[in-house]
Amino acid sequence: MAITVRAVVRPARTFATEIYLVEIARGLAITFRHLFVNLFRHAMRALGVKGLLPGAVTIQYPEDPAVLGARARTRHRLLKRDDGAPRCTACLLCETICPAKCIRITAENAPDPMIEKRAKTFDIDLGMCVFCGYCVEACPVDAIHMDANEVAISSYSRKDMIWDMPELLGDKPKLSSKPVWS
Amino acid sequence: MMLAIPLGDALFTVAKVLFAVLGFGLGIAALLGWVERKQSAVMQDRIGANRASIFGITIIGLFHPLADAIKLLTKEDFVAKGARKPLHGLAPIISLGCGMFCLAVLPFGGVIEFAGRAWDLRPIALPMGVPLVLAALAFGVHGIVMAGYASGSNYGLLGALRGAAQMIAYEVCLASALAGPLFLYGTLDFSQAVQWQISHGVWGIAVQPLAFIIFLTAGAAVTKRIPFDLPEGESEIVGYHVEYSGMKFGMFMMTDFFESIVICGVVTALFLGGWAIPGLDLPSRGLVGGTLMVASFVTKVLLLLFLLMQVRWSLPRFRFDQVLGLGWKNLLPLALLNFLATTWAAYLWR
Repeated sequence: MAITVRAVVRPARTFATEIYLVEIARGLAITFRHLFVNLFRHAMRALGVKGLLPGAVTIQYPEDPAVLGARARTRHRLLKRDDGAPRCTACLLCETICPAKCIRITAENAPDPMIEKRAKTFDIDLGMCVFCGYCVEACPVDAIHMDANEVAISSYSRKDMIWDMPELLGDKPKLSSKPVWS
Repeated sequence: MMLAIPLGDALFTVAKVLFAVLGFGLGIAALLGWVERKQSAVMQDRIGANRASIFGITIIGLFHPLADAIKLLTKEDFVAKGARKPLHGLAPIISLGCGMFCLAVLPFGGVIEFAGRAWDLRPIALPMGVPLVLAALAFGVHGIVMAGYASGSNYGLLGALRGAAQMIAYEVCLASALAGPLFLYGTLDFSQAVQWQISHGVWGIAVQPLAFIIFLTAGAAVTKRIPFDLPEGESEIVGYHVEYSGMKFGMFMMTDFFESIVICGVVTALFLGGWAIPGLDLPSRGLVGGTLMVASFVTKVLLLLFLLMQVRWSLPRFRFDQVLGLGWKNLLPLALLNFLATTWAAYLWR
């Protein structure tokens, strides 16, 4: 493909732009338009008129849910096979690639002779996780996803930031921790 | 001399000054804190501050100035180690005092007849109100330089120097811009300037449009608001009040609002007909006329403040050399040329 060059013409410096007042008026026209259009929409909404665009793009976050992109990397989730057993085979690829070293897996022999190993414990320290998504990419058996659509992950202690396997599988709810002073 | 003033007049004057400074000034200054947040939010398609609530009632964020005041009053009043303490405390008082004083000279109304005697609605009736306001605004520079010098911080001192350079540059423009209109009105008294505009049936902005623009620009620069906010620079530039916290910092913030109100008041009096309402002979209508006078003046000031606020949230900031260049090289010569043209035109017209 041939390289094409597009010449960008700089706006000419005319007297109108040099005295600055015309440009100020044009800028003010834009901001005033936004102000009055939005005020009108807010007023109509307050009066109960439907069918108008909202006057603001703000999401009132804690009350209204956060809007996440389709590809957003959120909290990790461990997946299960059809028979309900975790998909993880304890190959340690995710633990190896993790740049934050926040995954800790211990392996054990699996009862199924077709499967060599399974995870005995699978802990992710979300306080250290950098949400890079490498673990999801590295997993050969599609056992870990970052699509729990949960971003408000917080606790009152570093220990409580560690999620264990039942919590990541969704078998056990993560109990919110209490502050140490209560 | 003082004793010769009747008690009623003295009380009336005190009431007027209290209304101008505390009622009008502090009220509008607190309101401006809310307007600043909400107006900028709505024009940027946002909602703006709406979380301050009393028992769950928020009334579109109107409690936020109150929350601001409580926060500033209860914060630690920190004084840095190397600070010169008396000056450190005096600086915000000088700054705010100058702004407050100017409010008491503004012409909120003319003279009305009521209850068998004449009442002058100006808080302090002075024949030289305009130069007094200019002098008080210029004296506010002392507060800034003092703040920078007394804070014991080199950053504060640098910010103070920036502020002083800018304010002095624009005080000159401010005074020069008024030379033209004041020459036309033939007075230094706000009331007589308003009277001139009423008797000639034309507002100052129509006969002196250039002076209006120069004065408004220089006024925005003197009040240190965007696009001229280099002396303080809300978050990213270290300004003269870097070593101030608590209510002392709040007083510097209030100074900006007070000075904005003063500038808008002077513009209203000299360019927008002051308390006059076109087509109405207010002084002959007694108490109703007086109320309308004050209402008209306050409304005009509020509209100007609204415009300045919109400008403040629309324009990008200047570079410092551009600020000083605009003041000394463009506005000042223009203001002087405007004065020359005015005198020449008045000579030809006589």
